[in-house]
Amino acid sequence: MSDQMLMILALLIPTVAAFIIPVVGKVPNLREAVSFIAGAALLAVVVLLIQRVGAGERPELYLGEFAGRFEIKFVLEPLGAMFAAIASSLWIVNSLFTLGYMRGNNEVKQTRFFTCVAIAIAAAMGIALSGNLITLFIFYEVLTISTFPLVTHKGDAAARKGGTVYALILMGTSLGLLFPAIIGTQIIAGSTDFVVGGVFGPEVSMTAVGILLFLFAYGIGKAALMPIHPWLPNAMVAPTPVSALLHAVAVVKAGVFTMLKVVVYTFGPDLTYASGASTVLAWIAAASIVIASLIALRQDNLKKRLAYSTVSQLSYVTLGAMLAAPAALLGAGLQIVMHAWGKITLFMCAGAIYTVAHRSNVSSFDGLGRSMPWVFGAFLIGAFSIIGIPPMGGSWAKFYLILGSLESSKALIIAALIVSSILNVLYLIPVAGRAFLLPAPDETADAAIKAGRRQHWAVILPPVVTAAGACVLFFFAGDIAEFLTPMLPTAGVN
Amino acid sequence: MTDLLAYYPPWFLEQGAALLPILPLLVGAILAILPTNAAGRSLSWWGALAVAVVLIYTSLGQMLLVYTEGPYQYFMGDWEPPRGISLDVDALNTPIALLVSIMAFVALLYARASVIAEVEPKKHGPFYGAFLFVVAGLLGMLLSGDAFNIFVFVEISSISTYVLVAMGSSRDRRALPAAFNYLILGSIGATFYVIGVGFLFAETGTLNMKEMAFLLSQLDGGSRVAQVGFAFVVIGLGLKLAMFPLHTWLPAAYAHAPSFVTIFLASTATKVALYLLIRFIFTVFDPSLAYVSTIVTYGITALAVAAMLFSSTQAIFQTDARRVLAYSSVAQVGYILLGIGLGTVAGLSAGYLHLINHAVIKGGLFVCLGAFWYHYGITRTADFAGLGKMMPWTMGAFTICALSLIGVPLTAGFISKLNLASAAADQGWWWAVAVIMISSILAIIYMGRIILTAYFQPPPAAAHGMTHREATPLMSIAMFTLATISVVIGIVPEGVVEVADRAARTVLPLGGL
Repeated sequence: MSDQMLMILALLIPTVAAFIIPVVGKVPNLREAVSFIAGAALLAVVVLLIQRVGAGERPELYLGEFAGRFEIKFVLEPLGAMFAAIASSLWIVNSLFTLGYMRGNNEVKQTRFFTCVAIAIAAAMGIALSGNLITLFIFYEVLTISTFPLVTHKGDAAARKGGTVYALILMGTSLGLLFPAIIGTQIIAGSTDFVVGGVFGPEVSMTAVGILLFLFAYGIGKAALMPIHPWLPNAMVAPTPVSALLHAVAVVKAGVFTMLKVVVYTFGPDLTYASGASTVLAWIAAASIVIASLIALRQDNLKKRLAYSTVSQLSYVTLGAMLAAPAALLGAGLQIVMHAWGKITLFMCAGAIYTVAHRSNVSSFDGLGRSMPWVFGAFLIGAFSIIGIPPMGGSWAKFYLILGSLESSKALIIAALIVSSILNVLYLIPVAGRAFLLPAPDETADAAIKAGRRQHWAVILPPVVTAAGACVLFFFAGDIAEFLTPMLPTAGVN
Repeated sequence: MTDLLAYYPPWFLEQGAALLPILPLLVGAILAILPTNAAGRSLSWWGALAVAVVLIYTSLGQMLLVYTEGPYQYFMGDWEPPRGISLDVDALNTPIALLVSIMAFVALLYARASVIAEVEPKKHGPFYGAFLFVVAGLLGMLLSGDAFNIFVFVEISSISTYVLVAMGSSRDRRALPAAFNYLILGSIGATFYVIGVGFLFAETGTLNMKEMAFLLSQLDGGSRVAQVGFAFVVIGLGLKLAMFPLHTWLPAAYAHAPSFVTIFLASTATKVALYLLIRFIFTVFDPSLAYVSTIVTYGITALAVAAMLFSSTQAIFQTDARRVLAYSSVAQVGYILLGIGLGTVAGLSAGYLHLINHAVIKGGLFVCLGAFWYHYGITRTADFAGLGKMMPWTMGAFTICALSLIGVPLTAGFISKLNLASAAADQGWWWAVAVIMISSILAIIYMGRIILTAYFQPPPAAAHGMTHREATPLMSIAMFTLATISVVIGIVPEGVVEVADRAARTVLPLGGL
């Protein structure tokens, strides 16, 4: 198949699924089958694309001029291929989890739910494949709007409040800051294409670069850099499958992916490094990492705790991007992959605990590990990966980031990374620790959970699979880093 | 597109320009005296609808003719100017004529049910007659090449508009003061305009705009008389187009007029006045003259910015949804004025584009609002609670148009803001980009408030047991036509952008200030 065909398919498969799902909505099994088939087909397409990108090709799809002055085009490069791979592979796993969760909790409006998820995946694909900032921006907004009904799925007062914050921050920052940043790039650099080494000429003023970098850093609200992070904890009013797929993978990763892409392909690592703004932003990101971890420590609700943990972990990617050293950029790329697999595991565990045991506060987990060993085992593995303990995938990301801080001669940043790792241990390990080590307060309740857990296999299996994935990724980190290396400008020289 | 011209008889293309203002004028007079029985009432609607269809056909033909063969002048009764009246047909006014015709048609689709509910039965004939007079006036303002003739058409459309607004009184007595207010300010505006034209006539001795332009360009550096004339014309038109702070008539008029009238006025009346402003600034006067460029670059831009910020903020605090949209209209006029104030081809093109897009978007929003009122009597934003469940399709169309107004990608509003912001940035007006963005965020707030109420507040207890209803089929067609147009423009904007670019190049052949 031609490159263009594959790219069209990658965009079309989830879109078509979004049209079929409401048609067959009356037959739940058929409806879910559509999600699975679309997911499998999408993954196959993405794998084929990755092979070509790995072989050095850059598949391109040009859709034409847009509004006279802009272009709509898609170009796949390593970073985008990686993001597409994450989104498509985890969509399948999450579909199984969603099925178990939605049916296990008798959620309403499941058809609308599956439809919106498919649209969100289509938008994520569009973001991954975008060849310039305008194209990316369009899909970025589609992602915001398509996830809004998912966040407010419950439709009660809490959902309303959470949804309002979600929409206001994400749309406000993107229309208010990201959009002018894109226009500014177009006017100053003459193009918004993604080019290895950046689009700005050597004569660009450093003030303009600094302002633009700030506009991007805060315009990309989905990256949740403090202090525009509140949408993320607020989005936790959504059903857990949404939190798992979107607020651990698609939406937030779209944010940090955009951030990384802007630094690598719009500014270029050299220009980013040379601008003073990147140093300031690196420190903001470091502060974000530590502060969000501290807040996570104080959360009793598991989903809230994981949300703040996500805020903190996303800032690792922003930090890596702003350090702009080769190792730091690779580390940021790795962090996107590793955190996706680790965090989706944790969220799916939270959902499994809620579905099977109907508990959502960490303080009520005492002894639960004995009745749900697989779930808490998966949680522990996922937590190790997030913290960065070998042999879990997450450890490589942290390793590269530390290397990157040294390369860009900001050794003090390492202190922030170490403090954060300690905090990660403090807020993640006790969750599993209480479950395994403390005695259960009520044996009869746990016996009931033990008896009932078989019928909920569909929520228990997915986190186990992704936990295994997080483990396996440890051994492929080198391959991923090698795959990503061509995004750096020096790649051609070496 | 231009191969559509094959479907037009040659004589029809030749005479089409004259037909545009004359047809609705004649038919309007006939409709006004139709019998008041059921058949007569029905006939008046069908008559107006038929006129709208013919107008769409005619104005499309004229637009394509101009695109293929360039602008031309039509001499009424073959009397050449300066004695006769000429119609100037070019790429600037024909697209707006098409827009007015289409909006008349769509608004009439909506009108079928609403007018029966809002206007006394015996007044239906005069009502539709007055509506056609408004259309005739607007088309005349667009096409006429004679400055005084334009004044006549301004009065035709304005006086009929006062009548239409006042007819809302059988539903809401506040329509009467609103119409009176509008009458006073509208007349002041028209008077300013005609005084301005008087000054220009005194200076040049002609009323034909092409000649006037030529003679004004011969004056070395402009004369004081011409300057005074320019100021009067700009202020007079400013009142008509609701330029901040001359917009005070607009919210009440939009809120209390019959809903059908609001739909048509919101999407056309201010737009035609904006067109006249463009025509006077860029073709009659010369933007390279110091006093013109000063007023455009500083005066109009400043008022545009004030409108975008201040009126958007005011929209947030309105409790009546019609007033939210009305204040939003004043703000959106600001966007178009900003495009004019930029004075470049790109800026003018972006402003013109927004003129078209905003007509479609605001028309769609007011159709939905009208449907809410028609079925549930809802106009206050607080009463929107539960509408997402009670009228899901109508609320869906409303949401699409609202997103477009905010300027979300894949909608028409995004295209205008994209082009306007990049035109401003091109000029180095970064602060204007910031203003556009702030205004967009205010739009998120005032539209988001309504949408959130509709989807998340439970329906009022009184609505329990009521089965959910949708708008009447004709209303649904109207709203979904407009919502679809706004999405289609958002996805494939090339056609409309091309239209706007042609219009901008028509008045700025040399590339602007």
